This record gives sequence, structure tokens and C-alpha cells, in this order.
Amino acid sequence: MMEIGTFRVKKGMAEMQKGGVIMDVVNPEQAKIAESSGAVAVMALERVPADIRATGGVARMADPEIIQKIMEVVTIPVMAKCRIGHFVEAQILEALGVDYIDESEVLTPADERYHVNKHSFTVPFVCGCRDLGEALRRIGEGAAMIRTKGEPGTGNVVEAVRHMRQVMDQIRQVQNAPDEELMTLAKEIGAPYELILQVKKLGKLPVVNFAAGGIATPADAALMMQLGADGVFVGSGIFKSDDPQKMAVAIVEATLHYDDPELLAAVSKGLGDAMHGLDISLLTQAERMQTRGV
Amino acid sequence: MFNLFRDLRIGVLGIQGAVSEHIESLKKCGAGYVAVRKAALLDDLDGLIIPGGESTTIGRLSGLYGYQDRISAMAAAGKPIFGTCAGLILLARELEGQDPILALMSIKVRRNAFGRQKESFEADLQIPVLGEEPYCGVFIRAPIITSVQEGAGVLAQFQGQIVAVRENNLLAASFHPELTDDLRFHNYFLGMALQKAV
Repeated sequence: MMEIGTFRVKKGMAEMQKGGVIMDVVNPEQAKIAESSGAVAVMALERVPADIRATGGVARMADPEIIQKIMEVVTIPVMAKCRIGHFVEAQILEALGVDYIDESEVLTPADERYHVNKHSFTVPFVCGCRDLGEALRRIGEGAAMIRTKGEPGTGNVVEAVRHMRQVMDQIRQVQNAPDEELMTLAKEIGAPYELILQVKKLGKLPVVNFAAGGIATPADAALMMQLGADGVFVGSGIFKSDDPQKMAVAIVEATLHYDDPELLAAVSKGLGDAMHGLDISLLTQAERMQTRGV
Repeated sequence: MFNLFRDLRIGVLGIQGAVSEHIESLKKCGAGYVAVRKAALLDDLDGLIIPGGESTTIGRLSGLYGYQDRISAMAAAGKPIFGTCAGLILLARELEGQDPILALMSIKVRRNAFGRQKESFEADLQIPVLGEEPYCGVFIRAPIITSVQEGAGVLAQFQGQIVAVRENNLLAASFHPELTDDLRFHNYFLGMALQKAV
């Protein structure tokens, strides 16, 4: 017996990334810097979220040539983003051989009602969420890894914190609820009942849960880890900072030593300016990526 | 129930990767466990598991924070060490296309030997030391052992490729026993630790 692309190997792949940092990169040079700094994977993009935000227009899957060039220079896994619901972009990314697909709100959604049926791929998917219902809907569609949405490209961690706390809070609620309340709870948060039962049994999501969307400093990364994240995605935070290599190394070390304040102090020293951040409350509803594809 | 392994203290290298999964397996086997997130915790262990994860990351951080010398000292003292996937890569004395990391086992290893993630798979393996019943190997961007030198014994092969080896107190597999409910591989390793401890 031999079976390729089972849910166990998809989910297992994300488990191998735990405790690590996944970094957004836009070219092979950045990918090499990420790898040598200790990233567990890179996300190959045409533009980082901060630039997508600044440029406007429709943001799509990256040019396959960029993705392939990045895949050629690193041995760590390479992830890439497809638009929400754009299953053909996903098919193309799978054909290219990327190791993980992020069905991401950072890109302009291709479908405002439906996500990709992720069960029909052998490549695993990661999806964003703001609460437990959203996380379990994505897992129901076949996502093998979950991350907070946060507010991408802002360098402001406040939304990632909100989403992580919300998910954790609702997991505790499920754990404490008597069995007869679970169906109603599933209905209220729009989650598949079977997955609610699994959450109650496990006391956590049935897949790995990373933090993403606004992480810009080592302290941000450690904060998300202390809030219960299994690892972190850093988008614009590294290559929009003064000294990307130094920032990348510092965030990797802070993610490892997230509960050691003395070490966090040491790695946070002399990093230069972090990326310039945005105040979320100044963003209009239309400028918020997190409300895409719920 | 009489518990053979309860007095053992087994560390799981906790830098990055499938740490909690190995701890879960150790718990089910009834062994004492500790997640090693500080190098000093490596002292006074009866055995160490180096989990799956990203070998580049684990290799870099283990060098930076003084883990590597202590792990080598454990190996030299005859303490059992079990490397799975990335752990196997760390243990190898020879790596294709890059410098070795801990260089403790007389084996040569090729990383990502079965292809990229979409080629990752599960397969039944025959592992004689674990008994007749097939063992489910979970292979994720898995490495293979391309050759073994004298001293290292082959425990399992898949399609003619070596995927598990033992060399005295060192054990390594290119798949992930921690992702299955089958505890035979962990029990086998704990047996090695018990023999050393008594």
C-alpha cells in the first residue's frame, strides 16, 4: 500500500513547521537571506502585502517564473498564494510543485461566495481566519493549516492579536460547553459539527495554527507565540525593515525563545527601524483585507 | 499496569518541528519526557529524540545555542539518540550537497529524495525488528539513506531505498513514527534507553 497526498501528510507537513518563521520573499536573493536566517519556509510573491496595499489594483497569483526561480535556490519549502476561490491558480501552483498553497485574502478574491475545494488537491493549503467558525469552515474545505488573518501589510499586530485571542477564547468555550450545547454552538458560529466535536476532544484546532498579518518585530513574534500560536508568518515586516538579514535572524530567535525575556531583549537590540506601520482605525472598510472570504 | 519505562527521562529536542507529537508518543509509552528548549536540559537525560522539522533551521539554531556539543557528548557516552526525518539529516556524517551537521552516524543522506511536498506519501513498511505486522511510514519531503558504512545496520527499506538504520546507540528513520498511533518504534527506542540505563 502506498498513498500520495493523504490528509495526514498534508497536516504533518505543517506540523514540521511548528515553532518556525515563514517569510514573504519576492526574489531569489531574498529567499536565500530568509533561508540562511533560519526560516522554515518562504512564501514566494510578486509583491509583499505592504506594496500590494500601496499599489492597489487587482492582486493575483505571482508569475510562475518568479516562483520557480525561488524554488531553484532554496531547499526549504516554498509556499505561494492563490486568490480566494481561484481553483485554477491553485491547480497551476500545484503543477509548479510549490509545497504549500496559501488561499489568501492578501490577493483580490476571485470568488466572493466560495473557497477552493482543498480536498481535491495533493498539495496542502493554509487559510486565514478571524474566529473559530472561520477556521473550522476552512478545515472543512480541506485546509491542513490555519493562520490568523490579522491585517496584512500594516506592520500593526493588533488584528492578529484580536484573531488569535478570539480563536483561543472560542476553543475554551467549546471545551467547557456540555455536549447538548455543541450543535447550537456549531450553528451559531457556522462551523461543521464534527469539527466542533474534535475541538472539544483535542482542546485545540485539529491542525496547526500560525499567526500572521502585521507581525513586524521580534517582540511581536514572541507575543503571538505566548498567545498560543504554533509559529509565525512574517510578510512585509522583514524586507520592509532597515536591515532585513538582522531582522530575519532576530525574529527567528525570538520565535524559538518566546518565553525568555532576557534573550528577547538581547535579540531586539540595534535592529534599526522596523517597517513603518499603519493605524488600523484609519483604514476604510474597503481597505481591510481581513473581511475578504469569510 | 506495570510500566517498564516510567523511570526513564527522555528529551525531545524542542528547537522547532514535531516536538509535541513525539512527547505525546512518549506519554503513551509511559516514559518520562522533557521538551529540550535550553541546551542545559540535555544533561542528565536517558535518551534524546531529534524530531522532524526543517533541518536547516534546527541545524543553525542548535549550533548557535550550544546544543550540538552536548548532543555529541551524549552520543559518545552511549546514550541513545533517535532522529526522525530532519533528525536523521542532523545525525548523518555525510550529506549530499552540503556540510554535515552533527555528523554522528556512519551514513550518507540525500535530502528531499522523493520529491516535493505533493509527492509526500504514506506506505506500509516491513521492519523486522518491530515484528511481522507492517508499519505505516509517513514520508514528508523525506530524505533517504544512500549508503551505510560499517557499523550501521539497515532496519527498513522502501522500494529498494534505505529508510531506517541503527548504529549502536543511534537510531534514525526518514519517516515520522510520531505521526501515527503505532508505538512500536518508540517502544524499540525506549528499550535501547532501558538497556543503557540498567
